[in-house]
Amino acid sequence: MQHELSSPTIDWPARIERGEPPSLAVWKFASCDGCQLSLLDCEDELLALADRVSISYFPEATTAMVAGPYDVSLVEGSITSEHDAERIRQIRRDSALLITIGACATAGGIQALRNGRDVDGFTSIVYAHPEYISTLATSTPIADHVPVDLELRGCPIDRGQLLQMLASVLNRHALRLPTTSVCIECKARSTSCVMVAHGTPCLGPITQAGCNALCPSFHRGCYGCFGPMESPNVGALRAQLGTLGLDGDAIFRLLNTFNTGAFATAVEEGST
Amino acid sequence: MDLVQTDVATDRWVLRGLDRLIEALVGRFDEVIGPVVLDGVVRLQPIESADDLPIGIADEQAPATYRLRRDASALRFSYGLGPDSLKSLVHPPRSPVWTMRRRDGSLVVDAAHHPTHERAVIGARACDIDGLRVLERTQTGGDHADPAFRANRNGLFVVAVDCTHPAPTCFCANTGTGPSARDGHDIAMTELETRDGAVYVLRAGSERGRALIDELQLERASSELIRRAAREPGVAARGQPRSLPANAPLIAKLAEHPQWDDVAERCLACGNCTAVCPTCFCTDMEDVVSLDGDGATRVRVWDTCFSMEFSRVGPAPIRGSVTERYRQWLSHKLGTWHDQFGESGCVGCGRCITWCPVGIDLTAEIAALAAPAEAAR
Ligand code: SF4
Ligand code: SF4
Repeated sequence: MQHELSSPTIDWPARIERGEPPSLAVWKFASCDGCQLSLLDCEDELLALADRVSISYFPEATTAMVAGPYDVSLVEGSITSEHDAERIRQIRRDSALLITIGACATAGGIQALRNGRDVDGFTSIVYAHPEYISTLATSTPIADHVPVDLELRGCPIDRGQLLQMLASVLNRHALRLPTTSVCIECKARSTSCVMVAHGTPCLGPITQAGCNALCPSFHRGCYGCFGPMESPNVGALRAQLGTLGLDGDAIFRLLNTFNTGAFATAVEEGST
Repeated sequence: MDLVQTDVATDRWVLRGLDRLIEALVGRFDEVIGPVVLDGVVRLQPIESADDLPIGIADEQAPATYRLRRDASALRFSYGLGPDSLKSLVHPPRSPVWTMRRRDGSLVVDAAHHPTHERAVIGARACDIDGLRVLERTQTGGDHADPAFRANRNGLFVVAVDCTHPAPTCFCANTGTGPSARDGHDIAMTELETRDGAVYVLRAGSERGRALIDELQLERASSELIRRAAREPGVAARGQPRSLPANAPLIAKLAEHPQWDDVAERCLACGNCTAVCPTCFCTDMEDVVSLDGDGATRVRVWDTCFSMEFSRVGPAPIRGSVTERYRQWLSHKLGTWHDQFGESGCVGCGRCITWCPVGIDLTAEIAALAAPAEAAR
């Protein structure tokens, strides 16, 4: 799994070259809204952002809804229904630049746990009237349905990465996001290794940096919410998690949470 | 460093407890850094008094394992190395390079100021002080000396402590870098346990170290204490089970050895080893641009040869596999470092063994490579 390292070449239309702010739309699919809220969470920078873009569609923030096309679309959530699959195709047609934000949009999210399992069985247990439920058997990332220009990983995404990504798109400079492990961030911020010093199971060594090692800084193991790093050696970490006392089920659960689809793919590819 | 050659060998002073020394350092320097127990790990942190230092702490270190436990002693340095070498003090994980602003249609660049603070570190170990010297050669030895490194190093007053309790992961006796501090320090101490608690036998390593000792008006150490202090390093060295073979530098000739694939099966390419290594120095540049596009900051950040992107040249990484990346690290550290800097890049601290999450041990890897290295001679 390689991460996009630089912004796609953006050819803005003449009106934007003349100084008109690009229009921004924020879309939601199967997700918890946490990633969109990261945008509203950029308190100090929101005014600067409002100066640079015109927010055309962002139901979480404003009732104004301007019809497309849009210059930039941020997409949160995964595709779990036929209706959503159609909707994302329309959004792609309406958007010059389509950027996915968060583990649901980039990897299918927690809801990808349903993949390969008995979804009709789940619906009959969860819903009083399963006959009203129209859902796909899978939860899949946006990129499985339409071409994606850029992606931001995480559950939720990191505010700093979101701002850097928006700055790079608006100012058309290269965007570089780390593709190395979370360990690099632990060491840079002087967080003691929870695995070596406390024996706490951690996905940090196979997970892509970007969160500034949030969980280990609170003495917890990494849950892998940024997905696989550039060359994840899942097999070697699995062996070490076993040495730390996790059984096969526990290791499976750890690997199959926020990025269930992504780590499974990394295992299949046997990438080392 | 302005070494005092004349009295280094003979003059010894004695200090009972560390209060007076640390008070003097705190009074004199902008910041005093020393070992502190944090989250079950001995880390280097700012300290304000001797009470901040650990007391009666022992460590257990093995590949991928670090644990602290209490012991009954009154000693403050009765444990091996923690994860922090002196590297962060002179070559920090993030250091600003410049900021740029758009002003009246042109770009104005302000170079970052070099640090001017005067800092003291207490409890520095011999291998780490040697690591400072190795790092100094890499950062300031060529045509493009790093001014930030130089400023950080010059502003650093080093109080060393001889290692009396090295971890089994240490092999400084083998690399010739410890356990006793030989140069690069301003003051060095040997800690001894006596009936009256911990006692420190001090020696000066520089003019300014000597000046501080004079200012403290310390007593001369008794010949009995001097004898005891002189014995300690030998005892510490004998307990070290690990070593590098004499032919380790030949490693660079073994690019095709099957052991590289073997270690790549186990290696996570996580980069913990390079982060904790006192001599790994590679960096990347990170640019942060403001939303309005009118300002940018460039920061130099630690990087690692275990990163695939680190080796990207043109369209693709030149070291795409972990085999190539582990080989690059160890062959440079123990082999081509000699070609580049005239010495080994390893000072025998053993940190990469303890802090590797899967316990890869470079001494075991080189042992597996060693027999054919013999043949390549
Ligand atoms: S040797 Fe260990 S610490 Fe270094 S990159 Fe490999 S797994 Fe990580
Ligand atoms: S290679 Fe390992 S043992 Fe050698 S100096 Fe670096 S961290 Fe210490």
